[in-house]
Amino acid sequence: MGTKAAYWLGVITLAMMTAAIFMVFVYVPTEAQQGIVQRIFYFHVPCAWVAFAAFALVAISGGFYLWLGQQVWDDLAYASAEVGMLFCTLVLITGSIWAKPIWGAWWTWDSRLTTTLVLWLLYAGYLTLRVMANEVPQVGRLAAVVGIVAAADVPVIIVSVRLWRTIHPAVIVTRQGGHGLEDPRMIATLLVSMSAFTALCVWLLMLRFSTLRTTARIADLGRQLALAEAEMADRSGQVRGSS
Amino acid sequence: MENLSYLFVAYSIIFAAIVLYVMFLWRRQARLDSRLRGLEIQLNEIRDELAADQPKPMTTASRSVS
Repeated sequence: MGTKAAYWLGVITLAMMTAAIFMVFVYVPTEAQQGIVQRIFYFHVPCAWVAFAAFALVAISGGFYLWLGQQVWDDLAYASAEVGMLFCTLVLITGSIWAKPIWGAWWTWDSRLTTTLVLWLLYAGYLTLRVMANEVPQVGRLAAVVGIVAAADVPVIIVSVRLWRTIHPAVIVTRQGGHGLEDPRMIATLLVSMSAFTALCVWLLMLRFSTLRTTARIADLGRQLALAEAEMADRSGQVRGSS
Repeated sequence: MENLSYLFVAYSIIFAAIVLYVMFLWRRQARLDSRLRGLEIQLNEIRDELAADQPKPMTTASRSVS
């Protein structure tokens, strides 16, 4: 993989994000009922999508780590959880900013909002576990179990707008079926934003995964160095003993 | 242009968070890379010293002389 792939993915992500910004602020028409603040939706929904995808990857990687016990899966799960947490935080913040002018409140204990907050708290717990107990050898296995259990909240969030009475809009798939975007330019803008955020998520994952692999390599080199230094000390002791 | 400030704040937060996270990762990677290079150099030096201290294996020529 390496830096070249990360560099090119970074360039592609930047180009896609520029296109998405252009479409959000210039191309797409303003929604009739909500007005200009509806444009938050074009970044809010992609943030939610990549957060859910990242948390799903935590669960998948965690499962592989429990099964195979290879460090690489644990590192992938850790990187995914951190990136997912970034986007989940942005979902909650941007949703709150949209809610204030539309609902008249920053927050309401709606089913979708509450389940998303629960997801955020679960992964905050996951990351706290990783940071606080990083030296404990079993932390990878414990974190994998937490990551898998926490990811079970993702499908609950997705179906929450149909399962419970809620004021959160169901735009991608409405409660009556079909989608809630009346203009094809809105659909195009949403698709471009989703693609841009997917590329961004993969790029951030690569960068974070790379730091974790480098940390593992440093730990490995540290062990080799300690062994080599012990051998050196042993030899100098032998030399002194013989003289 | 009602509620423009909400839109501005929302997008500013998104971009600020992403940029800060990328900068944090870059700096961390740079720090780790320099530490990795330092360890590799240190390890190679010790290995070279150990290899230099190693008693040379006897060659056929030296065995015939003795």
